[in-house]
Amino acid sequence: MTKAILPPTDSRPARGGRGFATFDDPVSSLMVDESGAPDFVALQASPDFRELRRRITIFVVPATCAFLLWYLGYVAMSAYAPDFMGTPVYGVLNIGLMFGLLQFVTTITLTLVYARYARRKLDPQVDAVRSLTAEDQA
Amino acid sequence: MGGNTAINLGVFGVFVLITLFIVYRAGSRNATASDYYAAGSSFTGPQNGIALSGDFLSAASFLGISGSIAVNGYDGFLYSIGWVVSWLLGLMIISERLRNTGRFTLGDVLAFRMRQRPVRAAAANVTLVISLFYMIAQMAGAGALMALLLDVHSKVGQSIIIAVVGIVMVLYVLVGGMKGTTWVQIIKAVLLIMCVTLMTVFLLGKFGFSLSAILETASRNTPLGPEVLEPGARYGSTPTSRLDFLSLALALVLGTASLPHVLMRFYTVPNAREARRSVVWATWMMATFYLCTLVIGFGALALVGSEAISSAPGGENSAAPLLAYEIGGAVLLGVVSAVAFATILAVVAGLTLTASASFAHDVYANVIKRGQADPRSEVKVARLTAVVVGLLAIAGGIAANGQNVAFLVALAFALAASANLSTIIYTMFWKRFNTPGTLWAVYGGLGSCIVLLAFSPAVSGSKSSIFPDVDFALFPLSNPGLVSIPFSFLCGYLGTILSKETSDPVKQAEMEVRSLTGIGSGLK
Repeated sequence: MTKAILPPTDSRPARGGRGFATFDDPVSSLMVDESGAPDFVALQASPDFRELRRRITIFVVPATCAFLLWYLGYVAMSAYAPDFMGTPVYGVLNIGLMFGLLQFVTTITLTLVYARYARRKLDPQVDAVRSLTAEDQA
Repeated sequence: MGGNTAINLGVFGVFVLITLFIVYRAGSRNATASDYYAAGSSFTGPQNGIALSGDFLSAASFLGISGSIAVNGYDGFLYSIGWVVSWLLGLMIISERLRNTGRFTLGDVLAFRMRQRPVRAAAANVTLVISLFYMIAQMAGAGALMALLLDVHSKVGQSIIIAVVGIVMVLYVLVGGMKGTTWVQIIKAVLLIMCVTLMTVFLLGKFGFSLSAILETASRNTPLGPEVLEPGARYGSTPTSRLDFLSLALALVLGTASLPHVLMRFYTVPNAREARRSVVWATWMMATFYLCTLVIGFGALALVGSEAISSAPGGENSAAPLLAYEIGGAVLLGVVSAVAFATILAVVAGLTLTASASFAHDVYANVIKRGQADPRSEVKVARLTAVVVGLLAIAGGIAANGQNVAFLVALAFALAASANLSTIIYTMFWKRFNTPGTLWAVYGGLGSCIVLLAFSPAVSGSKSSIFPDVDFALFPLSNPGLVSIPFSFLCGYLGTILSKETSDPVKQAEMEVRSLTGIGSGLK
């Protein structure tokens, strides 16, 4: 683990554990303590981190609830409504088998959609938060 | 079974020799703790994703699921879906956070903002219990598989085979560490996927690339008739069995991403983005594999027929080997047998490594030495633990040989979902969660799971129980997940709000920021 020692020109009054960044701080200011270690409390309260957390939450929470409901609903329907699930759709293929194959399709789709979302919306925001520290320098 | 024992043994022997050589080459620079536990975090996402699917696809999945589809049709298929869907949880919630937060074990994450010693001890206890259960089931399965594939029917012969499996697996771990074990997983996963894909393409070709044709022929070859394509053959008979199936489904979907040997895989990649990629790859592998088992299962029914499968030694487990013999003769049977055996070997090696890492890193280095252990002595302890765990697994496997062990695998999932998932979720998302809450959740989940299982039909009171002659099955379900998973969440909640201990807000901030961004972990 490498911790950058800040050049003297960049040093500002060291924030205590609970300090908050104000918006008129210079953009290059780093949320680190005197020794260059990240100030996690300040980072947690920073607008960039809050935005990261918001972006994760708005995707992951609904997506997780949806896939769990879809899967458990499918299992429950197979257990408690076997006649409905046995309704033929096309040839020997019935609703149950079709839903089962659809589980594969939705799983792959959700996986790819999440990977894309993470690449486009989460990773840049992670980089934005990381740039508040000296983590990626030196 | 009409197979050729010499071919089977030959193919298997070649696999062991090649993998041992690779393990030897990969492991020659195995010096530091990071190398031994996490392969120096040097694998790429795709490599680790293939290894992840290798860790996960045990012989129970390959032989068990295709056999279950051949005998129970739809209900067997239903079983396999949970294992594909469950990776979404690993993808979106667990993998990236785990990689950013921890270094080698689950204990790293659970104890991050808690009191170190009790929480690490709890994490290690759970890991050891789950790994041992899972391993004994796999080892006993190796004995059963041998009876089936090599015509080894004497108890002594099977015990020798179990011991050989144990010794080879310990060799993999001692010589190769995580790097060697990962390569074994990758080789085995590629072989397994190639094997099932080729069988599937062949089957589809035989039926004019029409899935309906396979399904139709299959439904003519079973006493269930067309109902084999509908729900209810296995789990639909009584209200209890339906509830039992829901319970199993819940444990499968929540347990996969909480299994300790799966969790530990996320540390073998350099950063969170690679951890994410590895789950994407694993999902592709799993989806391919289980789509193929669907075709193989119904294909076995269509070409071999349920009567021949049920009456073969090994019962449903013999569906895939019988089908291989039917379509490819003794050579393909030899290949399928060897792949199935390689699967057991690789999975137990992964488990041994996880158990030894958990003991050495959590118990020895952090509980006994209070974080002051010399890394070299830590690795030494880990290697010693691997030998001890190997011996325990051999003894347990020989003792459990011939028993009904399927429930041990299901139990491992229920245990993982009950003891690990609640604590991982709470510690990541709930600020107030504290040390007593962690301990309550871990031990509440673990304890309730084991107690419910002891009083379940899996242990006593029914034909397929371990003790069929006595009946102390007070709990009606053979899978405890439906009760023990919510119970563990409840315990974690109560333990937290009832204790006077407060959580450390600075540590919580550090954990949250670090888990989402990797800041402070030293990962790029």
